[in-house]
Amino acid sequence: MCATCGCDDSAGVRVIDPAHPQAHPHEHPHEHDHPQGHPHEHPQGHPHEHPHGEPTPAAAAPRGTITLEQRVLAKNDQLATANRRWLTDRGLASVNLMSSPGSGKTTLLVRTVGDLRAELGLSVVECDQETLLDADRLAATGCRVIQVNTGSGCHLDADMLRRALIALDPPAPGLVLIENVGNLVCPALFDLGEQARVVIASVTEGADKPLKYPNMFHAASLVILNKIDLLPYVDFDVDAFVRAVSMVSRQAPVLQVSATTGAGLAAWYDWLRGRLPAPS
Amino acid sequence: MHELAIAESVIEAVLERTGSAPVHAVRLEVGVLAGVTVDSLRFCFELATADTSLADATLEISQPAGLAHCNHCGADFEVSELILLCRCGSADVQVLQGQQLRILSVEVG
Repeated sequence: MCATCGCDDSAGVRVIDPAHPQAHPHEHPHEHDHPQGHPHEHPQGHPHEHPHGEPTPAAAAPRGTITLEQRVLAKNDQLATANRRWLTDRGLASVNLMSSPGSGKTTLLVRTVGDLRAELGLSVVECDQETLLDADRLAATGCRVIQVNTGSGCHLDADMLRRALIALDPPAPGLVLIENVGNLVCPALFDLGEQARVVIASVTEGADKPLKYPNMFHAASLVILNKIDLLPYVDFDVDAFVRAVSMVSRQAPVLQVSATTGAGLAAWYDWLRGRLPAPS
Repeated sequence: MHELAIAESVIEAVLERTGSAPVHAVRLEVGVLAGVTVDSLRFCFELATADTSLADATLEISQPAGLAHCNHCGADFEVSELILLCRCGSADVQVLQGQQLRILSVEVG
């Protein structure tokens, strides 16, 4: 069983380039080829605690109490730090987009990529349990995209993103947009190495969703309320939604958009422009 | 479902330190605001430790309370969930404690 997502490895995480869907560029979940095969340029103070699989020799036959005093997700967080550095070193930044299924993430991405791909150097990591459907939608725009299929896994983690970045080979400078698995619970705990987190909700969901899934909204840098073109037809209290967001997140502004009509997208695009790393 | 991933991460981190020595107890700190359901974590830990040197380990979990600070009135107060509203009415509240998710120690030998 995969130590990261709980899925069975044999049917587990697959990183697929829709331009070469048979290639399976990196089948081995814990091989040591960090993005671009760099020769161990790990972050400072990173004493090789990441996946090597074997106990350290110093651990031979210990007895009694062993103090660990370490974060449970330390390994993921170290890989996330390495991803963040890898991106930064190349003049890249990444944005992690999260929502429940059906909020319109992919539609928003397709529209965003169509409008800003050239200006912001956009590339995309798509993540679903199965299928290339979303990657194919984005690839049709001409955008560089990699699909991660998590199999039975319910979220992306830093190692999956590391593998995806190798396969993506994103154009730089630019922004890598990451569409996480549609899930408002599990992805909240896993740092990927992203520079910002965006949570997307839509007016066809409940306005109380931020209160029901506070961990996800608490970690957001930005909240997007999508499908506002449907407001005349649904019973959705925008003020109550904004109030609910403010109760679980001190920082996240709420942008109201319609990915279908384009309403409100100018503010979203400005926000994205602000994520682009300054030229060095 | 992410509790299984959490359990697997705990086991992996412990095995890196203990090797093949039998582990009798694992002590975790899971803050009440950590986003982890303790009952699910116990269930997943039992499943995931089968056939490992942690198979007989008891899982001891302490759950530090959530503590928050109101930037408006200056009060520190306990919170049981991430809905951060001070009694003064302000939502300008920051979490001080309760999001920990840590492995404290293990008993081996």
